Amino acid sequence: MSTAMFGARVQRLADARLVRGEGSFIDDIPLEGALHVAFVRSPFARARILSIDCQAAREMESVAAVYTCDDLGSLDILMPLLIPHPSLDQPRTQRPLARGDVFHVGQPVAMVVALDRYTAEDAIRLIDVDYEPLEVELDLQAAVADGAPRVHEDVANNVAAHFVQSTGDPDGAFARADHITKIKVQVDRSTAAPLECRAVAARWDRVSGELTVWDGTQAPISVRGGLASILGLDEDKVRVTAPDVGGGFGQKVLLFYPDELLVPFAAMQLGRPVKYIEDRNENFIGSSQERTQIHELELAATKDGEVLGLRDSFLHDTGAFIPYGIAIAQVASTSIAGPYRVPNIWVEFKAVYTPTVTITPYRGCGRPQACFAIERAMDKLADELGLDRFEVRRRNLIRDEDFPYRRDGLMFADGLAVEYDSGQYGRALDMMAEHIDLDGFAAEQQEARAEGRYLGLGLGFYVEGTGLGPYEGSHIRIHPITGKVYVNTGLSCQGQGHETVFAQVAADQLGVDASDVIVVEGDTAAFDWGVATFASRAAVVSGNAIHKAAAKVREQVLEAASNMLEAAKEDLVLEGGKVFVNGVPDMAATLAEIATASNPLRYAFNEAAKTSTQFAPASRHDGPALGEGEAPGLEATDYYSPPHAAWAYGVHAAIIEVDPDLCSITFKRYICVHDCGRMINPTLVEGQIMGGIAQGVGGAHYERIEFDEEGNPRNANFMDFLMPYATEVPHAEILHIETPSPLNPLGVKGVGEAGCIPVGQVVASGVADALQPLGIGPLEHVPLTPDMIFTALGGEKEE
Amino acid sequence: MTRRVRQEMARSSADPTRQVSLTVNGEAVTREVSTRLLLSDFLRHELGLTGTHVGCEHGVCGCCTVTLDGAAMRSCLAFAVQVEGADIRTIEGVAGAGDVLHPVQQAFHECHALQCGFCTPGFIMSIVTYFEENKDPDLSDDGIRAALSGNLCRCTGYQNIVKAVRRAHELMKA
Repeated sequence: MSTAMFGARVQRLADARLVRGEGSFIDDIPLEGALHVAFVRSPFARARILSIDCQAAREMESVAAVYTCDDLGSLDILMPLLIPHPSLDQPRTQRPLARGDVFHVGQPVAMVVALDRYTAEDAIRLIDVDYEPLEVELDLQAAVADGAPRVHEDVANNVAAHFVQSTGDPDGAFARADHITKIKVQVDRSTAAPLECRAVAARWDRVSGELTVWDGTQAPISVRGGLASILGLDEDKVRVTAPDVGGGFGQKVLLFYPDELLVPFAAMQLGRPVKYIEDRNENFIGSSQERTQIHELELAATKDGEVLGLRDSFLHDTGAFIPYGIAIAQVASTSIAGPYRVPNIWVEFKAVYTPTVTITPYRGCGRPQACFAIERAMDKLADELGLDRFEVRRRNLIRDEDFPYRRDGLMFADGLAVEYDSGQYGRALDMMAEHIDLDGFAAEQQEARAEGRYLGLGLGFYVEGTGLGPYEGSHIRIHPITGKVYVNTGLSCQGQGHETVFAQVAADQLGVDASDVIVVEGDTAAFDWGVATFASRAAVVSGNAIHKAAAKVREQVLEAASNMLEAAKEDLVLEGGKVFVNGVPDMAATLAEIATASNPLRYAFNEAAKTSTQFAPASRHDGPALGEGEAPGLEATDYYSPPHAAWAYGVHAAIIEVDPDLCSITFKRYICVHDCGRMINPTLVEGQIMGGIAQGVGGAHYERIEFDEEGNPRNANFMDFLMPYATEVPHAEILHIETPSPLNPLGVKGVGEAGCIPVGQVVASGVADALQPLGIGPLEHVPLTPDMIFTALGGEKEE
Repeated sequence: MTRRVRQEMARSSADPTRQVSLTVNGEAVTREVSTRLLLSDFLRHELGLTGTHVGCEHGVCGCCTVTLDGAAMRSCLAFAVQVEGADIRTIEGVAGAGDVLHPVQQAFHECHALQCGFCTPGFIMSIVTYFEENKDPDLSDDGIRAALSGNLCRCTGYQNIVKAVRRAHELMKA
């Protein structure tokens, strides 16, 4: 096979329309006569609804309808628990519109459909809801105590799930350890904050009985399945399209948000297209978030720093509901030993309800928390044993010869045992040490200190189980008129560049340029088998499905060309959009010609088609034009289902300068060594990593969703929630290692989430290293804000 | 399911309206608009110029950046009726004649300076204006990053946008 496209820095195929402002984000799609939605949302974290008065709103002339739970009929249901798990014995999910109780600030209570958003917002102000506020507990540790106020009346201690897993003999390891390191770490809540908020629009065609839904979702096929099921429609009568989606980062994979059900419902009821465009405040209070976990972790080690065992017990904040099951906590718990050869592990977690917006995966999905816990612990172990941070890691990294490395007894988020497939962890650490120039840095650090400046080296290693199943598929067809290759797959894209990397994969098999491949995704009318875009899985799962389908089409092309050119298949070359006989470039047929000839025709609608009509010499057959078992055209469908997750990894380091007076940080350098297997397009891989690092920097130093004691979010806007601008994000130096995954034909692993995972650790360890001469206390909590640095330096807060 | 459109529903909002005349991307436009209609919504929904995106509606993210009489501004922070007589340029008015991308657009493509593309029009408008206002722009990393500091991007980590600014400068010189 030619490898011209795979691995090449192909420029993106989606850019031309996006840089012109010609994208099709949901609110850009013209929908004649569309009505607009606004929601009445709970102003209380926990309250009983005593009454709702919609009379005044209903009387407004520009209001089409007002809905409360009483107006939803069969839609007044508990929405689905998407990922059930045996440990999840107290699952609670949300209703589209609250009935009886509200469980977080921002929960939808009533929906207005009006002429435009402006009047819809006028109308929600006329709706009078009488609430009886109830007691709340926002603190995660206090929430699990006996007698704590409950989010759900019948869930004791607010514990939704309690899960324990272990591998090896942890008790034995702790019994024979020379040294035990204990640490308690916390990562706080953040949010994906995609720049396009969520959006959904729907149109119901009463005549054909077809429902069309435009949904800025990462999971159009799954949304369709759910909608059809809940609305009682045949799946073929529901088309879900995710056109251009302005970032997702996990927030757009949850189904259902109430609006995703209610907007199609209203469109069906009202006979007019209906549109809901979430605003920024609603995105903060109504769309899911992630991160808060508190880990208490212990390492059992020898005096040489070899880790024999690990125990970790953590609390995971799941918000008011748990529709996505225990996925995040499960990923955290199974990633807890990171890249280290720890044979004995015991890990438990409790998923805890708090009266806050629901928690579902946000880029990283439990991995940043697990990485922060193990990496802070490894630093502490090194400190306590007087070892160098690089050295303590080197002594424990899984060695090249240990792969595949299993952690029997730890079940990953795909329901399969953790098994790291491949890697060169030691090499990655050595590359980092060399690239950063440790000796040079030590000298620089000394010089800076002499000048009263504080430089520190931050270091963090991460692993990431990527490319989760169950499966994805692809349908490929070579278009008879243009010879263009159409690739349909079931995912949706939120900016990752699927259209480019998938085109590269198909192009290699079919001997065309990537620009001749048209990737269609995010539309159930184009392809409707598959799951969603999440878990750094698109390149792995869809990528390999496309590779397999393209290989089948390649065979068809060669078979057909062999007939047309009257040459043996082995003598044919497929290149530059045509097949020719090796050494005889004139004996050639273009893909368009081959595709046309592969479809027996009656009507010659163009020049090429003449060759395929019944009386053309090349089409003469003794029997039927299509033999038994043959199909017209050049097309194939195939699927890829991974045996288990493919484990990517990397190490990040930074040189950070800290101003101990302002407690501010400045990145002097930021370096990433990573390995995501074979790279389809290094430019796009780097783009994913740089974007991940920027989000990681946000979570490490700036971004935290703040609640007051009554559960009101205090910074639910971009003024107060500090997302980094270009002035805060460092320039990243990126070094690649490519260890192929043995699990899939392309040898690839995912990279979507990687960048953000270790940044909290990099910042905390860098600040600790910088301020060590000032006797800084432990830094075991991110985001590490200036306040926290001040406190760790012994400063006292002024109230 | 039964259709339940209320018979008495209004066909247009009861908002007071006012006529506004302005120039958008070189074309004269006159419309009767609600006095509370945001300029961003006016451009998007009245004129169909949907390249101006709305990311926060409180003037922080910069997705809705357009130029008003040559200066960059957030179109979500103005009402349509406030820009009477103004000359507005949006992302749709940036590319050259025919199919030629503006150097900033071209540089964004070449440098992989966009991923989802939602913030991109706002960045491009800010950068185009930056070059127009600074004939001798500061192309150091710090200088470029300061110039970009009015726009949020959640996908790229900004590094390739910084690169694209330099590349655009090269293309404009050429």
